[in-house]
Amino acid sequence: MPHIRVTVDGVSYDDQVEARRLLVHYLREQLGKVGTPVGCDTTNCGACTVLMDGQSVKSCSVLACQADGHDITTVEALAADGDLHPIQRAFHETHALQCGYCTPGMMMAALDLLRDNPDPSDEEIREGLEGNMCRCTGYVNIVRAVREAAAVMRATTAAPESESRTTDVPQQVVREQEPAPQAASGGASS
Amino acid sequence: MTMAPESGTDQVGSPRLRKEDARLITGQTEWTDNIQQTGMLHVAFLRSPHAHARITSVDTSAAMQQPGVVAAYSGADFADEQGSLPCAWPVTEDMLLPAHPPMAVDEVRYVGEAVACVVARDAYSAADALEALDVEFEPLPAVIDMESALAEDTPLVHEGSGQGQGSNKAFEWPMAVGDVDSAFEGADIVLTRRYHQQRLIPAAMEPRSVVCRPDGDAFTLWSATQVPHIVRLMLAMTTGIPEHKIRVIAPDVGGGFGSKLQVTAEEVLALLLARRLRKPVKWTETRTEGFQTTHHGRDQIQDVSIAADSDGRIRGLKVDLLADMGAYMMLVTPGVPILGAFMFPGIYKMDAYSFHCTGVFTTKMPTDAYRGAGRPEATYAIERIVTELADEIGMDPMELRRRNWITHDEFPYTGIAGLTYDSGNYEAATDRAVELFDYDGLRAEQRRRRESGDPVQLGIGISTYTEMCGLAPSRVLGQLSYGAGGWENAAVRMLPTGKVEVVTGTSPHGQGHVTSWSQIVADQLGVPFEDVEVLHGDTRVAPKGMDTYGSRSLVVGGTAVVQACDRVLDKARRLAAHMMEANEDDLEFSDGRFTVRGTERPSTSLQEVALAAFAAHDLPEGAEASLDADATFDPENFSYPHGTHLCAVEVDTETGQVSLRSYTAVDDVGTVINPSIVDGQVHGGLAQGIAQALFEEAVYDTDGNLVTSTMADYTVPTAADLPDFTLDRTTTPATTNPLGAKGVGEAGTIASTPAVVGAVVDALRPFGVRDMRMPCTPQRVWRAVAEAREAGRSEGGQR
Repeated sequence: MPHIRVTVDGVSYDDQVEARRLLVHYLREQLGKVGTPVGCDTTNCGACTVLMDGQSVKSCSVLACQADGHDITTVEALAADGDLHPIQRAFHETHALQCGYCTPGMMMAALDLLRDNPDPSDEEIREGLEGNMCRCTGYVNIVRAVREAAAVMRATTAAPESESRTTDVPQQVVREQEPAPQAASGGASS
Repeated sequence: MTMAPESGTDQVGSPRLRKEDARLITGQTEWTDNIQQTGMLHVAFLRSPHAHARITSVDTSAAMQQPGVVAAYSGADFADEQGSLPCAWPVTEDMLLPAHPPMAVDEVRYVGEAVACVVARDAYSAADALEALDVEFEPLPAVIDMESALAEDTPLVHEGSGQGQGSNKAFEWPMAVGDVDSAFEGADIVLTRRYHQQRLIPAAMEPRSVVCRPDGDAFTLWSATQVPHIVRLMLAMTTGIPEHKIRVIAPDVGGGFGSKLQVTAEEVLALLLARRLRKPVKWTETRTEGFQTTHHGRDQIQDVSIAADSDGRIRGLKVDLLADMGAYMMLVTPGVPILGAFMFPGIYKMDAYSFHCTGVFTTKMPTDAYRGAGRPEATYAIERIVTELADEIGMDPMELRRRNWITHDEFPYTGIAGLTYDSGNYEAATDRAVELFDYDGLRAEQRRRRESGDPVQLGIGISTYTEMCGLAPSRVLGQLSYGAGGWENAAVRMLPTGKVEVVTGTSPHGQGHVTSWSQIVADQLGVPFEDVEVLHGDTRVAPKGMDTYGSRSLVVGGTAVVQACDRVLDKARRLAAHMMEANEDDLEFSDGRFTVRGTERPSTSLQEVALAAFAAHDLPEGAEASLDADATFDPENFSYPHGTHLCAVEVDTETGQVSLRSYTAVDDVGTVINPSIVDGQVHGGLAQGIAQALFEEAVYDTDGNLVTSTMADYTVPTAADLPDFTLDRTTTPATTNPLGAKGVGEAGTIASTPAVVGAVVDALRPFGVRDMRMPCTPQRVWRAVAEAREAGRSEGGQR
């Protein structure tokens, strides 16, 4: 069996895994990270989305052994010390979830979207989240949530001295992938 | 019973953020598939690759030799104990009700039907070992199409089942009110249309999953279900295991939309496997397995005729329905079209109405409740044909509606189908929707585009719907041959520290009952919202309930909560009077405190009364040392949300692409407890109704294979496929419950489908198009335009 070294939500693991084991099953069954659910088996629904080195991946279509040497972030690492991440707070405050099954994947995909585009239009949010399905909300409040989280995250990025632990995830992502995104220039809301 | 909250804390009507969210947004969830038990085994099912076949042999011996495999069974191995999956709604006395073994024994009748199973140490081993099961089938003819199924000499789905020999007809259900013949004979206009309600897949995001653990001679079963109470009762009745030995828990449940209002083969078999192996077992469906074997919705052919005078007055309506049952009768399979029977007349006055439904067996997955269950189908038919009637007469479709609908001063109004609509104001909702939508402005733009021959045409669709929900008065359900009642139960317990536990028989799976019930209780008892805990979804914790479906939870379950609060306050008043040395009649209760009317004496809080009740040092004669109560509410009538939905689409006549330009929904759902939650229900309902109109269809090929068995093929809309929605509300409180609530879970789905299809047809009307099959895909739209042009029916002339 392949031997992998992988960091998940800040903890490093050194494991033997079946070559065919999917990352999502490794997370859920071997590590007990059941915050990431499985919604389909064809990569369509996005419920299992996690970040791999800051980029969103559907963990039902990544083999656990492909995660060898990589850094995985799941929904369980978003809130730190009881402080919700801006994306979590925005989903809560805009009623962007009902049953909540798609929510972990939706938020992780949204973080990747905001890394690429810190100030997306509604249209760009809708296109950007096309790989994540929700059956409850009609997406209206999800779009609002991503817009509002974007505004908060831009404001935080613009004022690094007020940086808090809650923004670790996207900023860590940014550090590893590319130069820091441009700070929001003006009005924070769209 | 209190009509308005006494305490005045004003929680009801406030957009409180949901208590449910904290766990859901941090991944601290308890989906059934998350549950682990020591020694737990995993189950995988071998499923029929044939739509119809005789099982000639099942050999499990090779599978038993696979690594990690603990057991492997055929249907025959459980034939003596698995019983038949229940149908709670035999709609007629002579309805054909074939046996439905959870695991097929002799014959399979749809692709995906369970034939054998493997139990192994983990899910991967179980899936591997399925390959080693050796099952021989002798194929039989598939029966796919409903009309062919009813033709003579057609192969039978249930040959030799003992009833209704020689036919795939499951039942006939007729109803007629008024003199239908004379309404049609004397009419200036008779319009007949055939509408197809395509088969849909509910597609809740959480796949089905079940875990069962043996506890001595008892069992705990976790299931991704909407109906833990019904599952418990039916598991007992199906397997013979005593009801008090079964505990059913619905933990976090990821959406249902009717698909988890079911008693499934996998639930029964998980229970029986746990009993046989004395080990906890788990089964979780794959998405393809789910699409094949979680019940489907809709699938009707509707022949509809409407008779009217030349001034647009509707005289009568005739509906002849074919309803595809699929291969078996599941929990409420035959009842779905019968619920619709009462909704075809919609909001319109008429002299006569007839309805006839034929239930048909085919070799496909059974149909059953899907968001709206019978009512979206009926609403689609009436709203579409009323629009076409207006076109036939040459009248604005809104004007035709105004001439026929029940006016606000006519409520309560008993319609032609026998339902008494207690309240409503169709004029108010329509006026508001027309204003928000800019109806006149869009009509003007439509005229301009038609005149200029714009390749992108604008269409406007209208749906002035009502629905019957708040299921349901037990008496009425009994009259309709349903096997159970429609009441709901709640208990309210004041704890010694003044905190409140509320136990509800509803079983939320995304609807936010914990938040809404907390708001209701906070107002009723004058306690902080945060001090209320709502318990649900576990037959041991919440032993009495009828669960969540049919937009019933607030109307029926919420009312039970109000009644239980009233009873707690009655008890508290007596204790408070004793504590305050006052007469009960002199006490006033407000903001959670009792005061003696007309005096300056210090008040006593409900929390102080709760502590005194617990201490029980000085109780009035005959009083109990507790401050709690329960209540069961059985509604005397359904509730009737209504509203006006307006949809504008742009249709590219060169590519067939339909784009939703704007959508306005003005709904009247009675009193609103939490406007954010209500808006969310409407948003999601609209998405599903629009999906039926434009995107989704469960397709079987002629051999009975489900072609749309993945999310790549069954196209649930994404964010990129849907627009923002403009919502507003009018409010005429329901008069049949103290909250004044009407229910909102299904309204958006019921209303939106005809609005969207109506808009597509409206855009193409100049080409001679008068109808579109759903879903209105670009290919269908393009073909409709091409065929209309070819037929030379285009009024567009030079185009």
